[in-house]
Amino acid sequence: MLEALALSARRGSAALFDAVSFRLEPGQVLLLSGPNGSGKTTLLRIAAGLTECAGGWLEWRGVRTAPFDAGLRSAALFIGHAPALKDDFTAEENLASLASLHGATTDHAALVAALSVWSLSGQRALPARVLSQGQRRRTSLARLQLVSRPLWLLDEPAAALDAAGAATLADTLTAHLARGGIAVIATHQDLPLGAGVGRSLRLA
Amino acid sequence: MTDAALQPASDGGAWPGVAWALRRDLRLALRSKAELGVQLLFYTIIVTLFPLGIGADPALLHALASGVLWVAALLASLLSLPRLFAVDFADGTLEQIALSPYPLPALISGKILAHWLTTGAPLALLSPLLALQFGLQGLELAVLALGLLLGTPTLSLLGAVGAALTLGLRAGGALLALLILPLYVPILIFGAGAVEAMRAGLGAGAELSLLAAALLAAGVGAPLAAAAAVRIALD
Amino acid sequence: MNSRLVNWFRYASPASFFPLAGRLAVWFAVAAALLAGVGLWLGLVVAPSDAQQGDAYRIIFIHVPAAWMSMFVYLVMAAWCAMSLTFNARLSAMMAQALAPTGALFTVIALWTGALWGRPAWGTYWAWDARMTSELILLFLYLGYMALRQAIDDPRRADRASAVLALVGVVNVPIIYFSVQWWNTLHQGASVSLTAAPRMATIMLTAMLLMAFAAWFYAIAVTMVRVRAIILERERRTAWAGAFAGAAQ
Repeated sequence: MLEALALSARRGSAALFDAVSFRLEPGQVLLLSGPNGSGKTTLLRIAAGLTECAGGWLEWRGVRTAPFDAGLRSAALFIGHAPALKDDFTAEENLASLASLHGATTDHAALVAALSVWSLSGQRALPARVLSQGQRRRTSLARLQLVSRPLWLLDEPAAALDAAGAATLADTLTAHLARGGIAVIATHQDLPLGAGVGRSLRLA
Repeated sequence: MTDAALQPASDGGAWPGVAWALRRDLRLALRSKAELGVQLLFYTIIVTLFPLGIGADPALLHALASGVLWVAALLASLLSLPRLFAVDFADGTLEQIALSPYPLPALISGKILAHWLTTGAPLALLSPLLALQFGLQGLELAVLALGLLLGTPTLSLLGAVGAALTLGLRAGGALLALLILPLYVPILIFGAGAVEAMRAGLGAGAELSLLAAALLAAGVGAPLAAAAAVRIALD
Repeated sequence: MNSRLVNWFRYASPASFFPLAGRLAVWFAVAAALLAGVGLWLGLVVAPSDAQQGDAYRIIFIHVPAAWMSMFVYLVMAAWCAMSLTFNARLSAMMAQALAPTGALFTVIALWTGALWGRPAWGTYWAWDARMTSELILLFLYLGYMALRQAIDDPRRADRASAVLALVGVVNVPIIYFSVQWWNTLHQGASVSLTAAPRMATIMLTAMLLMAFAAWFYAIAVTMVRVRAIILERERRTAWAGAFAGAAQ
């Protein structure tokens, strides 16, 4: 269970958001919206433990979090703006690298299966530098199939995705929530999640 | 489906972390072979500049050999350091590395080891060849190579701390040099001193032991400092 | 709760430390001036000429205290850096930031007076002896700290990164000193050394100690003034800083 209490953040000397509170039980997703620069990415980074908040605190399963603490690193999967792909690695190698970094299985069958879920079977052996933006985004998201974590923190995951990609994302997310996972997602676009799923939080 | 799939990954051990980073960085380095050669070429060019600058008097070159070969090694290692973290920082991989269940110092140690294997180690092995141009011979060459083999990992370790501190800054490479070169001074003194001692007919045992001790100390301390610096840069 | 404990943490905020720093600056400046006056009078007027170096040796009354302070300030700076990292305290980081220029200045004074002394005493401005070479490297460490601070825009990242640098530096300073000492004995033997100061008459020792304290109090006074400026700049968006700036005009 993820709980934020009176969270506030700054960038430099400018205040981003103030006194943000929310509580997410297993199976719930929080959709962050707001104009550019309102602090959606910062909130996700605070939840991931990359940065410290200016005020308030965050609790994961009842324990207060601190930047880079081991409990949070084991429990959260953070996928940021940048797809974190190496141009010199193929799509499959990138996926294997990212998955094993987070302690997940990387046998060939699992990698192939994960890439095919995201419609990347044809691009498996291509170096990442020749992939389109949408394909890079999907390669980056494919690790959601392999790394099992209770908390997902996704920053603009639907950026550059077409309708099919967005549908795959929604399916993957729905399955995660059904398993009791929690997600916080910053997004400009509407995800086809089904009516009523997910609470919204608008920053600024 | 049970909750088992959602249990957090167990805390990764240190050695798997080192192995992950070592394997990945080595594979990446071997994919872009051009960068490997540039290092050694740079070293060779600097070493060649000195005789061009001060004359080819064999006695003079013999006296200056240890200093020239070591200073050039320091400068060559500075050249490659910014790339240690900058590329990962730019494409978002460094964030993922910092958030991994594996301990960050372990992952950084793996990166540093890969960096040394592709920069310092080849340089150390090349150095006897270049030292012949300066009139060093026999055991002097061995002490030079051994000293560089012991010293260049320390340069990579200390350099990693500097590279992490200056991540993403405009001043970049020049600032890195200013921060790191004072810390390199002991390595330079002991490494070049070892060759000098050999030339003078005394043993190089003391200097080489000191280099080994410095390597051990840096091997323990530098990954911790670099990890702190990476986290500060990602903040 | 222990009243002394409460007292200490009260000054941990920049706002409450600001007026205290102002008062400390005045007291220590006065003390430094008095001690320097007596010390310089003893050193320049009262102490006898040296048999070998004549009056040229008198520069040690500035050179040696400056060298001592250059090393001492680095240690204090590193201590403030350690505190800022441990307690995540802004004011500790500001103290380190305020100390660095003074430490660098002392290093420059030590090097410059050392060169001025070297010329008449040993015929050369720069003799690559162990002490001066280490002092030069210490200057680079100070400049590196200041340059890193300068290069980082975000004050919080600047505080923490430069703190890590200072701590790495302070651990390496003894190693650097040792290695330079090693290097010097290998290459030059026991030749020119600025440690070969004239045998100290008691009066010279007294003068040197007085000058050392004068330098120390000067450093504190100047650091207090500088930290006030740093506090005002970094806290400029708070109400009290605005009020102070308003009242000052």
